[in-house]
Amino acid sequence: MSTQQLSTFSVDRYDFGVEVATVQEVIRYQEMTRVPLAPQSIGGLINLRGQVITAIDLRHRLGLPPRKPGVLPMNVVVRTDDGAVSLLVDKIGEVVHASSDDFEMPPETLSGPGRELIRGAYKLDGCLLLALDVRRAIDINAAV
Amino acid sequence: MDEMDEILGEFLVESHENLDQLDRDLVALEQEPGSRALLGSIFRTIHTIKGTSGFLGFGALESVTHVGENLLSKLRDGEMVLTQEIAGVLLELVDAVRSILESIEASAEEGSPDHADLIARLTALQCGSVAAAVTAPPAQAVTILSHSVAVTEPVPASEAVVPVAAQPAPAVLAGPPSTNPAEEQGAAVEPVVVPEPAAAEATPLGELLVEKGVVQPEDVSVALMEQQVASDGRPLGQILVEHGKASKEDVGDALESQAAAKRSVADSTIRVDVDLLDSLMRLVGELVLTRNQIVQHAGGMGDQNLTRASQRLNLIASELQEGVMKTRMQPIDHVWSKLTRVVRDLGVSLGKSVKLEMQGRDTELDKTILEAVKDPLTHLVRNAVDHGIESPEERVRAGKTPEGTLLLRAYHEGGQVIVEITDDGGGINPKKIAAKALERGLVSADELARMSEREMTSMIFLPGFSTAAKVTNVSGRGVGMDVVKTNIEKIGGTVDVQSTHGEGSTFRIKIPLTLAIIPALTVKCAGDRYAIPQVSLVELVRLEGEDASKGIEQISGAPVLRLRGSLLPLVHLDNELGLAAERSDEQRATFIVVLQAEDRQFGLVVDEVLDTEEIVVKPLSQQLKGMGVYAGATILGDGRVALILDALAVAQQAHVVNAARDRAMAERLTELDGIASSTESLLVVGLEDGRRMAVPLATVTRLEEFPLTQIERVGSRQVVQYRGQILPLVNLSSYLGSGGFGDPQESLQVVVYSERGRSVGLVVDRILDIAEEVLAAKSDLDDHGLLGSAVVQNKITEMLDVRQAILGADPYFYSARELEESGVPA
Repeated sequence: MSTQQLSTFSVDRYDFGVEVATVQEVIRYQEMTRVPLAPQSIGGLINLRGQVITAIDLRHRLGLPPRKPGVLPMNVVVRTDDGAVSLLVDKIGEVVHASSDDFEMPPETLSGPGRELIRGAYKLDGCLLLALDVRRAIDINAAV
Repeated sequence: MDEMDEILGEFLVESHENLDQLDRDLVALEQEPGSRALLGSIFRTIHTIKGTSGFLGFGALESVTHVGENLLSKLRDGEMVLTQEIAGVLLELVDAVRSILESIEASAEEGSPDHADLIARLTALQCGSVAAAVTAPPAQAVTILSHSVAVTEPVPASEAVVPVAAQPAPAVLAGPPSTNPAEEQGAAVEPVVVPEPAAAEATPLGELLVEKGVVQPEDVSVALMEQQVASDGRPLGQILVEHGKASKEDVGDALESQAAAKRSVADSTIRVDVDLLDSLMRLVGELVLTRNQIVQHAGGMGDQNLTRASQRLNLIASELQEGVMKTRMQPIDHVWSKLTRVVRDLGVSLGKSVKLEMQGRDTELDKTILEAVKDPLTHLVRNAVDHGIESPEERVRAGKTPEGTLLLRAYHEGGQVIVEITDDGGGINPKKIAAKALERGLVSADELARMSEREMTSMIFLPGFSTAAKVTNVSGRGVGMDVVKTNIEKIGGTVDVQSTHGEGSTFRIKIPLTLAIIPALTVKCAGDRYAIPQVSLVELVRLEGEDASKGIEQISGAPVLRLRGSLLPLVHLDNELGLAAERSDEQRATFIVVLQAEDRQFGLVVDEVLDTEEIVVKPLSQQLKGMGVYAGATILGDGRVALILDALAVAQQAHVVNAARDRAMAERLTELDGIASSTESLLVVGLEDGRRMAVPLATVTRLEEFPLTQIERVGSRQVVQYRGQILPLVNLSSYLGSGGFGDPQESLQVVVYSERGRSVGLVVDRILDIAEEVLAAKSDLDDHGLLGSAVVQNKITEMLDVRQAILGADPYFYSARELEESGVPA
């Protein structure tokens, strides 16, 4: 049995967890510059201390309905091979400890494009934490 | 052990440089087999590597270079003369050394390379020198004579450096050996640090002495000859002293100044890690961004001191940026020099004779760009030798010189670097390309029918294309040209080809000077801001409401602007980006940014033109990299992100740079021209009875007014003195039967025709107007003196038969011209 620390956040009614080490930082809504003609999942570009970061809208990525107008997303900035990428989420959660014992295969409840991006789920008291496959999540061009 | 790593590292770096120099020298030596300068340089380099490898314990390296050194020593001493075979084996030696070095680099050990074969061949060649030696001396003599005349030959001088002057402190790393021939022959490793590159450029001793007036050129030649013939290792200086031509002190002084020169060249440069430069560049980039922000905010604060300080910051940042960019600039020669060997080897293996010429070797490029362009350049050069230049027999049959020429040319132009690769080979046959493309399904017959020859030739850049009859090892796998194009476009450059079948081809590569910080124009479109690199910018056009609707036409369904006689295709940026247009009232001005993409221009319609500023180009992340229209992103002064547009990609997406469009536009242009040309300029005059007459303005020389008092009579004619001549006059009204109605006037209106020194004046009652008319309606009223009539300015006007009228005044007016035209001297 091994424990992991996970950063958590929620998108729509789902809760997600990502290894703490992958997360560079978590920040509130940043003004985004839209990228016309880009795939829909691209939320825009943000200025993170002088670096231009691409923000990916997880709602769209997961095939979930769009955010209500007026609701501003938060940024979960993750480290990738290509540099930092921001994941647009609804709410930021806390850092939790989860053990590998609680890990299960992805539930049937999540269908559509989301299934590909989930590695599995952690059963924690009363809630299900979906383990997001970050690498796949940011690989927009692989999805057709 | 770190120290050892450092030593090893430096050894590897220097050896690689030395090997590159060897490549160059050996190829040059093939052209000039007797060059003592080259032989000496090559010998020293091999000797150095041998020495250091011995010191560092690399036995295989040492033995291979040792045999090479022996062979070179014979060559240098004139006992053997370089042949193509020997050059080939020596180049193999260079390659062998390279491969051992690679193994050392990878594992800090030589591995167990087997170069027995190479060593055997080198030894065999060396021994084969016995026969060669017999013929050597005369050849040697010839060589010496030719070199002694040109006193600038560095070899004798450097060999003559007296040990006293050239003994800097020994250091751990072996540089080139001490240049005393006596020491070279059989001494152990001499750890001496003498800057290698400088040696080749230091003024030779003989020249120094001649310059100082100590000796005469003839004395030096004689001394040089003696040095070669005697071969006893006496330095030049010593010989001159023995001959009594120079004093010991003079020689000593000259040697010291020579050594001093050597030292200073080396001291003025320093080796820097590329990573360090990269991080400096990055920091400067951030500095520029921050400076932009500060300048912007300071401007709005109105604080004098702050403004001044921020301006100073501005200047400093710009200079710093320039300076750092310069550190990364390298001359293109770094890439070109490697090509000499490539061309030589390729020529030999293909049996072709190719001369490589270079212009603009010191044209500088940013290091990263140089790296990116190295492979495409190499491929184009190989391609030129492989497919471009024909075999010597073919060339002779085509009436060309058996040796082909490959010209590499580099220069700066308009913020870009242009590199041209020109060969005088067989050129590209557009028909053959077209056929191959059709065969491979890369293009349809329809499209082909509409293509120009240049477009057909450019199809060689299509993926999957190759016309090589057989796929050679070199090129022809169908993956070459399109990869070249992609790689060049990746760094923001373009490549195109121009070729004349049978005569040769020119490939032209255009690349940006630098990637990181560029001047750009910011514009607004649909509420967002975009940056356009200034390098693509031609001009800005602003059309006020009305002009916009007037000036913009539609051709083949696409908007086009008539700008100074040419037609500019227009692209609406909001359309292209799929954004809702912020179209408000028609009265607002239209802003058009005229951009250049490849060799076409087009106008980008935007909502507003904002500012020009220097921006730091930030690459887009992997998710967005494939989007052609964006060349990157940047952070503007207020901290917001703006996308940088790629002019060429926008043009391509909007289909503005395609042939069909061009053709439609060209047709329209000729239409417009046509309309212009069928209008004529007419001079409309009035006769005494009010009749209107028109004459073509083109043939009229001048309109004059003469007071009546100046009119004189000669016989029955009226004449007037005019510019030193006598000008015969014809009163048109009388001539045409309209006379006698007008009031007598005080002056006459005269239309003057002059030709070949003869002049005639047609008197009219009134000069009415100059009209431009399309002469559509003409009726040929066959009346005396008239050509017909036409509607000019909405009135019926008669067309005067000017020729008849003139002849009426001067029967000989046209004679000179007619005589000339019929070939009879007037």
